[in-house]
Amino acid sequence: MIRSTVSIALTGSGGAGVMTAGQMLLDAAAQAGYYGLMGRTLGPQIRGGESAAMIRLSNRPVQGLDDGHDILLAFDWGNIDRFIKELPLVPGGIVIADPHHGQVPAVMDQDHHRIVNIPLHDLAKTIPGGRVNMIGLGLIAELIGLDHAHLLDRVAKQLTGKGEQALAASKAGLDAGAEAAAGITGLDPLAEPQPRTGDRWSITGNDAAGLGAIQGGVRFCAAYPITPATDILEWLAPNLPRVGGSLVQCEDELASINMIIGSSFGGVPSVTATSGPGLALMTESLGLAVASETPVVVINVQRGGPSTGIPTKSEQVDLNIAVNGLHGDAPHVVTAPLSIGDCLFTTQWSVHLAEAMQTAVIVLSDQVIGQSRAIIDKPADLAFVGKRLVPERIEAPYRRYAITADGLSPMALPGQEGGMYTADGLEHNETGHPSTQIEHHQEQLDKRRRKVEGFDYGDHWGVVEGDDDADIAVVTWGSSAEPAREAVQRARTQGFKVRLVAARLIAPVPVARLTAALDGVSRVLVVEQNHGGQYFRHLRAHMDLPGKVETYHRPGPFTLRPREILQRILGQ
Amino acid sequence: MDAVASKPQDYKSELKPVWCPGCGDFSVLAAITRALAELGLEQRNVALVSGIGCSSRLPAYTSLYGFHAVHGRALPVASGLKLARPELTVLAAGGDGDGFSIGGNHFVHACRRNVDMTYIIMDNSVYGMTKGQASPTTEADWTGSKLTPEGPGLSPFRPLEMALSAGATFISRAFSGDPLEVTRQICAGIAHEGFSFIHVLSPCVTYRPEQKGWREFVHADFTEPYTDRREAFLRLLDDDGFTTGILYKSQTPPFQTRPKPVEPVSVLGDQFAI
Repeated sequence: MIRSTVSIALTGSGGAGVMTAGQMLLDAAAQAGYYGLMGRTLGPQIRGGESAAMIRLSNRPVQGLDDGHDILLAFDWGNIDRFIKELPLVPGGIVIADPHHGQVPAVMDQDHHRIVNIPLHDLAKTIPGGRVNMIGLGLIAELIGLDHAHLLDRVAKQLTGKGEQALAASKAGLDAGAEAAAGITGLDPLAEPQPRTGDRWSITGNDAAGLGAIQGGVRFCAAYPITPATDILEWLAPNLPRVGGSLVQCEDELASINMIIGSSFGGVPSVTATSGPGLALMTESLGLAVASETPVVVINVQRGGPSTGIPTKSEQVDLNIAVNGLHGDAPHVVTAPLSIGDCLFTTQWSVHLAEAMQTAVIVLSDQVIGQSRAIIDKPADLAFVGKRLVPERIEAPYRRYAITADGLSPMALPGQEGGMYTADGLEHNETGHPSTQIEHHQEQLDKRRRKVEGFDYGDHWGVVEGDDDADIAVVTWGSSAEPAREAVQRARTQGFKVRLVAARLIAPVPVARLTAALDGVSRVLVVEQNHGGQYFRHLRAHMDLPGKVETYHRPGPFTLRPREILQRILGQ
Repeated sequence: MDAVASKPQDYKSELKPVWCPGCGDFSVLAAITRALAELGLEQRNVALVSGIGCSSRLPAYTSLYGFHAVHGRALPVASGLKLARPELTVLAAGGDGDGFSIGGNHFVHACRRNVDMTYIIMDNSVYGMTKGQASPTTEADWTGSKLTPEGPGLSPFRPLEMALSAGATFISRAFSGDPLEVTRQICAGIAHEGFSFIHVLSPCVTYRPEQKGWREFVHADFTEPYTDRREAFLRLLDDDGFTTGILYKSQTPPFQTRPKPVEPVSVLGDQFAI
């Protein structure tokens, strides 16, 4: 049988070159015409800890990991027991072990695994300048039927300037690896890639979020590093200046959120990126952005919590704080990208929303989509560019917070004649003057809610796929959308009538759209990756779900996989 | 609306301050408006940012672009504004609690960052808005607060030493009872290229009535600004907290972002192409 997808895990201690090898494999496969992705799991060590690259290749678009790996290649066994549960193998999965690193750990030596001993280390030693990395890659390429030419091409690119000798050593390594694969049988070959019809990109969710921010009009970023959001900031740092923008590193997250409030007050669309603990620090000032109607976007790349939690690994756990963390009645917008590639769309859309509504938007990405790299079709140009309502001419007295039908009031920018006002976190009247009066509080609360809840989010609130006459709806959000989508597809191939409803707009809850999307189903399964069922509770606070309602949620750090969701769909 | 305002009154709003009669902050407000009039700056090109506290109510009493932010965060808001809109004149103002306690970290890093803006602290060694608690500059043995009946017991924060060690490039002190000196320092601070820190002793007549006597204590002995940090430090070792004048000025270039507007946004995606 020809397989349409294959999954490979590369493991080893930091420094073994696992991530480099993984990305070379992904890029080489992409060059050959395959789609795929590479996730990563890392230990807490600064350097030298356990790490694994999780690669899935396919001849069709794919942005989520499969249930298990077909091949696990261990460059060494460092701390394998700590994270082997994040690297499940399919029954009969092949474990490639190097006797140089001693006996295969008991945790790997299970009935349904096939252990194959290959002397990677010794083979590398037979080649002058030979590297274990290349032996491993040659072996994997041979097993899955990937032409060496593509790997060599990637190696050549990486070794530019390092001389012919290094390249020759790499080629010899790949060949030796391929030869070593000769005796390994039982892995169905991967289908040929389909002909490419358009350009493709190799991009991580975090890079995509950075690009989305700039495409949405962002020209200023204030940054404080935090895992796993730092990549966004590090991508923006060199790229913002290329388009006339800038990034500033701050002393803490309190500074970064307040700096972007200042820059946005000045009329420059602004963003920051953080993760749970940083978001907690920012919430007071997010309330200021809401009250003063200053647009800001915070990209929150979620990680395991609470507190410092599991900083390097994924969980969808910040919905509660993102939606409800602000003190007072503070309507704002919370969005969530549905895949690695969708980080671009959702972030760009979020900048548009923040600017259009003059409010705070929190984007709930997470480690699993932020730090995974996918091969995607080049995204289409998006129309969303932040456009703020700025008064053309101002009549005295300028009413910055004028009560309007849609709740939106033209915002003067410093430098503009006649527009001088004081933005305030104190409750205020239409001109912005502080006020404790009942009617001013009421009308400003009303207007701030009206502009967010009455906004036309269009069809971008989420994705609805599957059967029009579905019995079952799988309702999910953010990064759980990809495994849920695959589970729905599998259920449908088994003859079940299923619909996927994946929400990109978390708050305000698009009740009418969701109600329409759930029309006709008799069972609803809410799927998410956290311990508390945060989205389920959030939905239930705002709407009634039709029929029999179930929820499937579990914490990380092992990310959701299609099969466990499929089992719930099938009622197993 | 084109005429350049030239009278201090033109920089005031019609709002009546919430401050107590006799509060030192009235003089500081007057000095800010007088300085802006002297410099002939247009209101629309000046922004005044504050945090929370009695003195932080100041922006609404001006006719400038103002931002009354949350407690302790005036400096980051002001820094973000100035970095994004470098052509604006940016002032930040607030009290000793806002600037040295909850905002203390930002104070240190704003001095280090040396963004071209002017920070005016109205120091009365007390939290007035919450009705009289000890602030970072309160004496260790001040027993006037129910919160610390035996006195705060902490050594008072020394703002000028802190600013100097953190890297501020303009440091001065004035007494609100000498509004002409406050005005002079604000003019000099705005003219200075870099982070200007102006420490104004501004009495709280309600919770620290004894501060009415500050007039007797202040002495204008920072006569000529030092340009050498070592000399400025040595001078501060002899400071009783009531020396006024401009202590220090250095020509360190201010922090600024350097955008290179050369490429269209559409080329950024090219780096991801396979």
